Amino acid sequence: MLEIDNLTHVYGPGSPNEHHAIDGLKLSVAAGELLCVVGPSGCGKSTLLRSIAGLIKPTGGEIRVDGKLVRQTPDNLAVVFQDYSRSLFPWMSVADNVALPLRRRGMDKRQRREAAQEALESVGLAEAGRKYPFQLSGGMQQRVAIARALAYRPSLMLMDEPFGSVDAQTREDLEDLVLKVRGHHRMTIVLITHDIDESVYVGDRVVVLSKAPAHVVGDLKVDLPAPRDQITTREHPDFVRLRGEVGRLVRGVDAPAATA
Amino acid sequence: MTAETTPARAGQPNQGRPSPSRARRGKLLRHAVGVAAFLLVWELAARAGLLPWLPAASASLARVAELAFDPAFAGDLLSTLTAAAAGLPLAVLVAVPIGLLLGTVPAVEETTRAIVEFLRPIPSVALIPLALFFFQPEINAKVALIVYAASWPILINTLYGVRDVDPVATETLRSFGFGSAAVIWRVSLPSAAPFIYTGIRLAASITLILAISVEYFVGGSGGIGAFLIQASTGIGADAMLDVIATLVWAGLVGLAVNVLLLRAERRLFRWRHA
Ligand SMILES: Nc1ncnc2c1ncn2[C@@H]1O[C@H](COP(=O)(O)OP(=O)(O)OP(=O)(O)O)[C@@H](O)[C@H]1O
Ligand SMILES: [Mg+2]
Repeated sequence: MLEIDNLTHVYGPGSPNEHHAIDGLKLSVAAGELLCVVGPSGCGKSTLLRSIAGLIKPTGGEIRVDGKLVRQTPDNLAVVFQDYSRSLFPWMSVADNVALPLRRRGMDKRQRREAAQEALESVGLAEAGRKYPFQLSGGMQQRVAIARALAYRPSLMLMDEPFGSVDAQTREDLEDLVLKVRGHHRMTIVLITHDIDESVYVGDRVVVLSKAPAHVVGDLKVDLPAPRDQITTREHPDFVRLRGEVGRLVRGVDAPAATA
Repeated sequence: MTAETTPARAGQPNQGRPSPSRARRGKLLRHAVGVAAFLLVWELAARAGLLPWLPAASASLARVAELAFDPAFAGDLLSTLTAAAAGLPLAVLVAVPIGLLLGTVPAVEETTRAIVEFLRPIPSVALIPLALFFFQPEINAKVALIVYAASWPILINTLYGVRDVDPVATETLRSFGFGSAAVIWRVSLPSAAPFIYTGIRLAASITLILAISVEYFVGGSGGIGAFLIQASTGIGADAMLDVIATLVWAGLVGLAVNVLLLRAERRLFRWRHA
């Protein structure tokens, strides 16, 4: 579904502010897989995502989606941006924000409205459709952005720290929502998070990136029993082991084999 | 959200904080006091003979009221307003697309910048002879010049408004597979709309200035500019009274237009004042 080969990106090459964000990153994601990407702050995660979405042209390497080289935005893609509040259109009601991309789906007005309402309900914002983004809290805005991506039913969904601004309870609900939607609609999802527990809980696989310039330092398969459950999954011995492994990879510490 | 759940805000004004309508009344009161003080100073100065040519405020205001029922003046006012009202939408039609183009395609903006920066400072009033030469009858020249002059603030505001569009917003639409035209129509334009609107509001006062200027320059053929000429060719206190009353009318019309546009602005772009 998604193949990234030797991806390299340098911001401002040749300038005094030259910054190597990504260096020789290799990654492939199977169709229907939910891949979590974790890595230290500023390592290049958002850069990776924007490259996959065709929003920036990486300075080196290749990205293929469904075998097709990414030059522009791939078809059937939805992105939940890290800057969720800036990605909502302030002049439109919440419902219109969610419904707008559905124009690309050839739906008529009524279908769009219904699909938008359904998506808003799924993120717990059934009553917010007529409001404007500025009338919502940060966490609610973030859920609108998620609803907009879900309503679109993309085949590839890129999510950049999508649950950063919501409370713990809502966060768990949204994690389960993503798992459920993925199950029903067979999407491929790349989800960036800085929450190690979250990456293990929702991911089929967790990829750990290094400090800048980013490359893959760890790639772990998450073999936890399905369906996942917020309580029992997190108690599972494999969960505990995996979160430890991911944590050590993120911090760049070796396994505690040598400790006495 | 909180407004709905706290009923105290909706009903009686709560202690310490004046209710919006009371604050508004206070503001209106202060405006009225300012105007009254101005008129008083004017009246006293005129009566004391400080400015011998200046008619008293009371006499001038009486003349302002009389003019409203003077068919010649009413016709002139109407013809000025018609030209201004015809010019403004045309200016929007001309300036907004050009502004969008310049704002979204940097290459075009760079190519035309020198011309724009050259033309922009030329006072439009100085173009009256040229306009009269190219556009006849005179009403065409008047409208053409209004369109030209009113286009500048709209064009410039559109250009900056479009440049100011949040890249995350445009990227969002692009990521859903929308093309450039859709991005301009659905993101750049609405996002720049408040800027464009401000340009239109500035342009509205320019339309009046240009209409009156052309009329004044040409004389003979109507508009309050022409009325001014006729009034000022008369002699004595009466002529001055007419001139001042006409100016008051021009000011009142300009004020009314601006207030209306400001009100509509607050309504249209409520989402901006979060
Ligand atoms: N447009 C840009 N121009 C120059 N440098 C940039 C640009 N965008 C990002 N960078 C730099 O590239 C690096 C990686 O940025 P990126 O946003 O991809 O990090 P990230 O892993 O998403 O960080 P975070 O976890 O804080 O979201 C950062 O050091 C950042 O300063
Ligand atoms: Mg980021």
